[in-house]
Amino acid sequence: MRLFFIIFLFFSSIINAAEMTSEKMPKHDWSFEGITGTFDRAAIQRGYKVFTEVCSGCHSMKLLYYRDLIDVGFSEAQVKVIASEYTILDGPNDDGEMFERPARPADRFVNPYANDNEARASNNGAYPPDLSVITKARKYGPDYIYNLLLGYVEPPEGMEIGNGMYYNKWMPGNQIAMPAPIADGSVDYDDGTDNNAQQLSEDVTHFLQWAAEPEMEVRKNLGIKVILFFIILGTIVYLAKNRLWRDIH
Amino acid sequence: MDQNRKVHQFKNPVLNWIEFRLPIISYFKKEYGDYPMPKNCNYFWSFGALATITLITMIVSGIFLAMNYTPHTDMAFDSVERIMRDVNYGWLMRYIHSNGAAFFFIIVYIHIVRAMYFGSYKYPRELNWILGVFIFLLMMATSFLGYTLPWGQMSYWGATVITNLFSAIPIIGEGLKTWLLGDYNVGNATLNRFFALHYVLPFVIFGVVGLHVAAVHVHGSNNPDGIDIKSKNDSVKFFPYMLIKDTIAVCVFGVAISAVIFFGPNLMAEVDNYIPADPLVTPAHIVPNWYLAPFYAILRAVPDKLGGVLLMFGAIAILFVLPWLDRSKVRSCNYRPIYKWFMMAFFVNFFVLGYVGMLPAEGLYLLIARVGLLYYFGFFFIITPFVGWIEKPNKLPLSISDVYSKNIEASLGGGQKEIPSTAMEKDSNL
Repeated sequence: MRLFFIIFLFFSSIINAAEMTSEKMPKHDWSFEGITGTFDRAAIQRGYKVFTEVCSGCHSMKLLYYRDLIDVGFSEAQVKVIASEYTILDGPNDDGEMFERPARPADRFVNPYANDNEARASNNGAYPPDLSVITKARKYGPDYIYNLLLGYVEPPEGMEIGNGMYYNKWMPGNQIAMPAPIADGSVDYDDGTDNNAQQLSEDVTHFLQWAAEPEMEVRKNLGIKVILFFIILGTIVYLAKNRLWRDIH
Repeated sequence: MDQNRKVHQFKNPVLNWIEFRLPIISYFKKEYGDYPMPKNCNYFWSFGALATITLITMIVSGIFLAMNYTPHTDMAFDSVERIMRDVNYGWLMRYIHSNGAAFFFIIVYIHIVRAMYFGSYKYPRELNWILGVFIFLLMMATSFLGYTLPWGQMSYWGATVITNLFSAIPIIGEGLKTWLLGDYNVGNATLNRFFALHYVLPFVIFGVVGLHVAAVHVHGSNNPDGIDIKSKNDSVKFFPYMLIKDTIAVCVFGVAISAVIFFGPNLMAEVDNYIPADPLVTPAHIVPNWYLAPFYAILRAVPDKLGGVLLMFGAIAILFVLPWLDRSKVRSCNYRPIYKWFMMAFFVNFFVLGYVGMLPAEGLYLLIARVGLLYYFGFFFIITPFVGWIEKPNKLPLSISDVYSKNIEASLGGGQKEIPSTAMEKDSNL
């Protein structure tokens, strides 16, 4: 059965290869990869800053709550302050009226637009996708996001770019409605980390990966224990089986 | 009632009390304690137990998911993500369930391969085979329904493509499709009924599995040499001899499935299913779950829609009559020098069909799918009856204990290749 799985993986990699038309997606080194991979909390916090100052102008993050930020090292007091900077529409109150109030840690990330139609109208007809699970929703996940953010290069000679579209090396079809969001120095870091475009893209991708799979560290940690359990139990049972079957002729 | 029936006596008075009123204790003792298993059975014979355990795991994890899932087109996607984020160990339940489905198919495919290669479908286990094909059909329906529930892009478009197949049926097609969907398009009514059916079908599967197990226990399990148990020396008791082997199989399986659940939970998933369903945007490639891909390849290999649908269902229906297509009395392919290779080629062909089923149906891929389709049906309709007729099978061993002790000698002997046959026969008589 494991053989089947290996064969399957082998074939699926061929399928991936067959679908690739031109250049191979470059791999980036991420701290969250591998069996013992963990999130870099400082990178996520920096990435969150990039997200708030750049991405969240157009993109929603519907599945996250402000309280989720406590998991990446913000204190409860900090999260309260972060949330209170946003205003949400609540109600109706006892008088039957809707009212605005500052967001609380128990609120979801506030959408930049009132609804999807407004989002489309403000972006030349293109809907900026929700970013909550974006790294799970794209092939090559974080590598794709990272390369896409840095993939705004000069289009090849003679290529027609549609009205309001931009050339991107890694976007399927090479045309993207989002203008290059990140440049050297677009966001200032408080901790003095170099804010070149690569670093900003890496950090925001790290943040998005955490947003998509917040359970990853717990999952891998538990996984090692479960697998060890099966290996140890299997070994004991295997020895017992040999002993038991020794007398069968 | 027969007042004179013999009641099994146990030491424990509580067991005796139950046994007198409901003879369930002696039933379990007979079917799962003393039940004779051919002692030459290899680990292929553990896949039935693995499949049962996987089914139970799927039902249990599924119940927990259903407690937190909302079958509404506006909320289904978010409710699944809420399970992943805010429900305690919800991510574990969901990843067990989604990867468990894929592993369930891997196990059942190996179980079917084993039944085909070693001739388990032949007399007197034909009904057992038929029940198994029913289970397989129910599993495919259940997995298709379940794939719809997260309401991602692949859920929506997969449901649209598959339910559209019914409209190919002449006269009643369109009406049947509307009746199934509860609407003219895949929508909220569809999601609701798919959820209801996805919840109930596993229990139907469970019932058929009960019949499947009961049926195999009537004549006992087949074995790699395909010969019957002739004496007590040919078999071992299920407990503890087979149970301990099944436990080893469960541990190996546990390692394999845990590796995926914990370290690559989305390896077997389509990325498009993490995009919420959008009826206005069609994904570039609509692909089924990879474990249904061989049948999808058959569907697309034919230019005619109705023809494709008939062939796809025919590909499963043909399995029902396999016991009567195969005229050979010899069960195990180990003793069938010609058919063995056609059988192997059939498995490879099925795998290739699955491979092209995941790729766009054009050019070379379409050609491969058509060749694969021809071999699939040719294997059943021409090769199986014909080879059974002309083939001269190898000589079958005298008894299971005979072949078992030969295998033991061979493995213990290590370097020793040839053991005089007289010595072995002597040994087997011990």
